[in-house]
Amino acid sequence: MTEIVVLSGKGGTGKTTVLASFAALAENSVLCDCDVDAPNLHLLLEPQAEEVHEFYGLQVAHIDSEACNECGLCVDACRFDAIHDFRVDPLACEGCGLCARVCPLGAISMHDVLAGHWYVSRTRYGPLVHARLRAAQENSGKLVMAVRKRARELAQQTDAVFILSDGPPGIGCPVISSLSGASMALIVTEPSLSGIHDLERVLGLCRHFGVRPLVCINKYDLSEKNTRRIEDHCGDAGVEVVGRIPFDPDVNSAIVQGRPVVEMSDGAASREIRALWEAMATCSVP
Amino acid sequence: MILSVASGKGGTGKTLVATSLALSLQGQGAVQLLDCDVEEPNAHILLRPEIESSQPVLVPVPRVDKERCTYCGRCSEVCAYNAIAVASTVVLVFPELCHGCGACSYVCPEGAITEEGREVGVVQAGRAGRVRFVHGQLAIGEAMAGPLIRAVKGLADPAAIVILDAPPGTSCPVVETIRGSDFCLLVTEPTPFGLSDLTIAVEVSREINAPCGVVINRDGAGNDDVERYCAQEGIPVLMRIPFDRRIAEAYCRGETLAAAMPSWQQRFRELFDRVKGLAAVGSVS
Repeated sequence: MTEIVVLSGKGGTGKTTVLASFAALAENSVLCDCDVDAPNLHLLLEPQAEEVHEFYGLQVAHIDSEACNECGLCVDACRFDAIHDFRVDPLACEGCGLCARVCPLGAISMHDVLAGHWYVSRTRYGPLVHARLRAAQENSGKLVMAVRKRARELAQQTDAVFILSDGPPGIGCPVISSLSGASMALIVTEPSLSGIHDLERVLGLCRHFGVRPLVCINKYDLSEKNTRRIEDHCGDAGVEVVGRIPFDPDVNSAIVQGRPVVEMSDGAASREIRALWEAMATCSVP
Repeated sequence: MILSVASGKGGTGKTLVATSLALSLQGQGAVQLLDCDVEEPNAHILLRPEIESSQPVLVPVPRVDKERCTYCGRCSEVCAYNAIAVASTVVLVFPELCHGCGACSYVCPEGAITEEGREVGVVQAGRAGRVRFVHGQLAIGEAMAGPLIRAVKGLADPAAIVILDAPPGTSCPVVETIRGSDFCLLVTEPTPFGLSDLTIAVEVSREINAPCGVVINRDGAGNDDVERYCAQEGIPVLMRIPFDRRIAEAYCRGETLAAAMPSWQQRFRELFDRVKGLAAVGSVS
C-alpha cells in the first residue's frame, strides 16, 4: 500500500484539483481529506456519508462564579492570557488545566468540547475519510490523525493499493500530522515568487520527516522563467519534478460543476494530470 | 484600528489585498502590516521590506533535574499534551508537543522541573517605504504557530492602522490572528471551494464578534453563489478584483496590485473608508 499526500505550503495552488483527478484515475484506492479546517475534496466527489464520528479536542476550563472569590491565582498562572474578569475565554484557553490546579477553592473545572466530526463516506471512486473541524477550534492535528488512522484501516481491509490524501496548506501542526509516515508527498506549487518560497519550506519539512517529495508545477505557463527556477532548484536538491500543468480555464469550470477535471475535459490540464498520475503510479512501485 | 485580512481557503489573494491596502494607505498616518501567516509568510516577497531587527521567539519547555526526580509520574499525569512521559528511571520530554503551560513544574512535588526557553522561530521587523512591517517565521518542523503569532501581534502599534495578514484555514492560528480585530476582510473566489471556506470564515469572525466584509477575487471566473450567499447573510461585498491573467502574472513576479496597476490604489483607499465606517457601526451594535 502506498500513501500519497498532496501538499503545497502555499494555499490555493491546486492540491484538491490534482487529488480529485487522481481519485478518478486510480483504481482501488482509499481517499482521505486531511484538510480538516477548510475541506474541499468532498465538493468534487459527491460523498454519501456512511459513518459519522464525534471528535473531542482539548478541554476548556470553566470558572464557577458562585464558588470563585476572585483571588486571581488562576489569572497569574495562565500562560495563554485566557482569563479575564474571572471568566475563561474558550478561544484562548489551551486546556492545560493549570488554573483548575491552582484554584484554592476548587471553583474551576475542565470540560470536553465537541470540536468537530469525521466521516467515512462512499464515493464512486472508493471510500473517502474526511472531517470537519468546527469553526475556531483547536487541535486539527489530532483530528487529522484520526482521519488517517481510519483511512489506513480501510485500506488494509479492502487491500487498497493507494491511500490518496489531500493535505492542508502551511507547514505546522496539521501538515506534520498529514505528512509523517506517508510513503511520499506530491508538492503542488505555482511559478510565483510566493509559491517558490513556500515550496522550499515544505521541501525542508519533507526532509525533516524523511518523506520522499515529488514536485508538480501548476499553471506553469504563468511564468516560464519562475518555472525554470523551480526546476533548477529541484534539480540541485535532487527532487524530481514529475509534472507541469498549464493554466486552463477548464479547471475552474470543473470546480464550479463539482467534478474532477479529468472527467470533464480532455483539455491541456487534464492531459497533463493524466500523465502526472502515470508518473506517480510508476514512482510508487516499491 | 486593527483590520484582519483572512479567507478560510488558501491562495484566494489575502496577501495581495493586505499588501496593496497597506501601500495604498501610506501617507494617511502610520500604517503597519503584520504578516501572521508564520508557517508560510509571503508579504515580504511583495513588499520587500528592509529588515531592521530580528528576535528569536522562545517557548518554555520543562527541564528535569535527575538528581531530584523520584519518577513519581505526576508531571506526565497532568500534561494535557502528552509532552512528558515517565518510565521507571527515565523522564522523556517531547518539546515539539509542549505548549509551555507550566503545569508539570507546578505539580512536581520535588521541585525537580525548571523551564528553559526553546526557540520555535523568529520575529522580524522593518520597513517597506512608509509601511512598517513585521512578520514571523516558524522554524521548520515546529507544529505550533500560536506563540509566534502572539509575538508578531505583540509589536502592533495601537496608534497605527494595523493590517493583519492571516494564515489560511479556520482553526487556532486564524483565531489567534484575528482575535481583537475591529474588522475582518474576507477574501474569497467565486467558486464552490471559495464559498465553502468563506462560510466557515464568516462563522469564525462571528465567534470573535468582529464585523466582516468580503472581497471577491478572480471575479467572473466562477458562478454567482458567493454573491447570493453574501446578500442572504447581509455581508457587504466591498471589492471585486477581476479574473485577469495580467494580475496573476504580476503576482508571479512578486508585484502587488497597487504597484502593478496604480489605479487600484484609489480603490483600496475607498475600500478602507468603507471598512472604517462598518467597523464603527459594528462596535456600536
